[in-house]
Amino acid sequence: MEALLLDLLRSPELPYVAARGLVLIGAVMTIAGYSVLLERKASAWIQGRVGPNRTTTPFLAWIPLLGSFLRLGGFIQPAADGGKFLFKEDPIPAHVNKPYYVLAPVIALAPALAVLAMIPLSALPDGTPLALCPGADVGVLLMFAVSSLGVYGIALGGWASNSKFPFLGAVRGSAQLISYELAMGLSVLPVFLLTSAPGVDDGLNLATIVAGQEGMWNIVRQPLAALVFLVCIFAETNRHPFDMPESETDLVGGFHTEYGAFKFGLFFVAEYGHMVIGSSLFILMFLGGWQLPFVETAAWGALGTVAGLAIFGAKLAAFLFFFVWVRWTIPRFRYDQVMRLGWNVLLPLAVANLVLTFLVLAVAG
Amino acid sequence: MAAENQSLATYLPVLVQVVLGLSIPAAILLVSHIFGQRAKGNYIKDKAYECGLPSEGKVHPRFAVKFHVTAMLFILFDIEVVFLVPWALVYREFLAASIAITGATAVFLGILVFGLVYELRRGALEWEK
Amino acid sequence: MPDPLFVFIAALTLGACCLLVASRNPVTSAMGMILALVGIAAEFFLLDAYFLGVLQVLVYAGAVMVLFLFIIMLLDVQPPGGAYPWKRALAGGAAFLLLSAAAFALLAPEGSLAKAAGPTPPELAANPESYATAAKAFGRSLYTKYMLPLQMAGLLLLLALVGVVTLAKAPKSAD
Repeated sequence: MEALLLDLLRSPELPYVAARGLVLIGAVMTIAGYSVLLERKASAWIQGRVGPNRTTTPFLAWIPLLGSFLRLGGFIQPAADGGKFLFKEDPIPAHVNKPYYVLAPVIALAPALAVLAMIPLSALPDGTPLALCPGADVGVLLMFAVSSLGVYGIALGGWASNSKFPFLGAVRGSAQLISYELAMGLSVLPVFLLTSAPGVDDGLNLATIVAGQEGMWNIVRQPLAALVFLVCIFAETNRHPFDMPESETDLVGGFHTEYGAFKFGLFFVAEYGHMVIGSSLFILMFLGGWQLPFVETAAWGALGTVAGLAIFGAKLAAFLFFFVWVRWTIPRFRYDQVMRLGWNVLLPLAVANLVLTFLVLAVAG
Repeated sequence: MAAENQSLATYLPVLVQVVLGLSIPAAILLVSHIFGQRAKGNYIKDKAYECGLPSEGKVHPRFAVKFHVTAMLFILFDIEVVFLVPWALVYREFLAASIAITGATAVFLGILVFGLVYELRRGALEWEK
Repeated sequence: MPDPLFVFIAALTLGACCLLVASRNPVTSAMGMILALVGIAAEFFLLDAYFLGVLQVLVYAGAVMVLFLFIIMLLDVQPPGGAYPWKRALAGGAAFLLLSAAAFALLAPEGSLAKAAGPTPPELAANPESYATAAKAFGRSLYTKYMLPLQMAGLLLLLALVGVVTLAKAPKSAD
């Protein structure tokens, strides 16, 4: 039984790999859908409203207590939203560049789904990480590289719309994305330094980075790097207070103004998918991944794997809530403030932190 | 720890995931096109949306040179970061084995810091000016 | 018989290159170039050069092409009018292909093609210094044997930075 389960979780055969990939993509899309619900509910609470509490379906509504709980909690809302996207009129306006207009949402979402291969979720009883691509030596770097391609989705979407405001949003958005990518790359170098102790050969593998945080999380050892990385995730996912590409107060709807139906829906899923990936990266690199302090889940066997998954999921949920919380706490920056923060504050901070870590290691060995 | 040399099989899931990542959004768009309401264009829908006002001026206006400067500076710093990644992997190993690396790294990081300070002092990315 | 994955990726890359050269729309050319660069990265992966493949995507497809796309989009380059000169392009391409094939046949040493297509030679695989796939191995040789070129590259980047800032910032007027 356990052997079969293990086979399902890590067999290198193509059908197994594809099935796992599909499950992971399905899970992330579901999480993305429910993050939207979390966003709507949490914003409602913060603003003293009730949020979505009407959507329900026959059958489910007739179950005595559960039915009204699901309705009031808005738990059926994501399914309704998805269905609505699916059956909406799907126009392609006459003024757009058609091939790129259709291609852009696919390019925006594909990198977010592709990098999922790198994310380890927990550790199997034999110590190998539970991930699609567990042994990848260049793990984190590959994630950065592939997710940096997502910028073309925004750039193409805005350009192909042949409309002023989407184009403005796209150009601002891509300049913002590349600016913060730099500070992000520099801020994680100290983490690589901490992980790559003599004898560790795959310091870029996320599972190795998690293993290196046993005892003390990187957020304690590298608070400055964690802070810079955190701000950069917010900028890279185009979340408030950095949502320059959308910025509906001055750009109508930003780069996806001209989009409708599921083409808009794909941009939307891509944003929330990037949120999930950014949170996972932060959790894996700075918050100990699937570990808890003072709890030895590795010794529990199969139960430890499940516990690790649960811990990871709990941290992810908390982090997604943090995203929403920040959105309703900090007002949006002006564009020049965004660029100044990236180049004049975060970049020097990241470099200073790197030099400091370099000096400390040179003295202390 | 993983072996020094990896085989291509390690990265097979990445290829699978790239294929899935491209085909799933495409499939979603196709399904949505099949099930979605047929789109009927009209005069309003086929005009760029500018809050209901008639569109004015060029669709793709000229942009400030700052965006180009941003992109160019990004490339330059990005390459330096790329050079530093292998350094981060070997630095502590070299220290433990007493291979001289500190001075050389100091020079390279010094170049990076000098470039950054120069760029900040000259105000290459002052957006208001 | 070459690896089918290699053939597929090589065909994709070459097709993207043709798109890059033949397209009249500069954005399509840029997209073709991105696809070609990603294809080359995939070929690096097939050659066990994972770190190089990742850097190829990170630096070329993710950074350099953003600049290209910026310039194309922001300058609003219009495609040239008129029909595409297919005959001339095809003739030129065929001539180039023939010439390079002839040059290869004349200049390449005997048996080098068969050697390149075969498996990794055992004497190379046994020597971890020259045949290492781990990212760490790059650091080992980059920061010992190739230290001077590395520092030179750093200086070059600094020079380029000075150039960018000087070109972008007009000399201060006397205000």
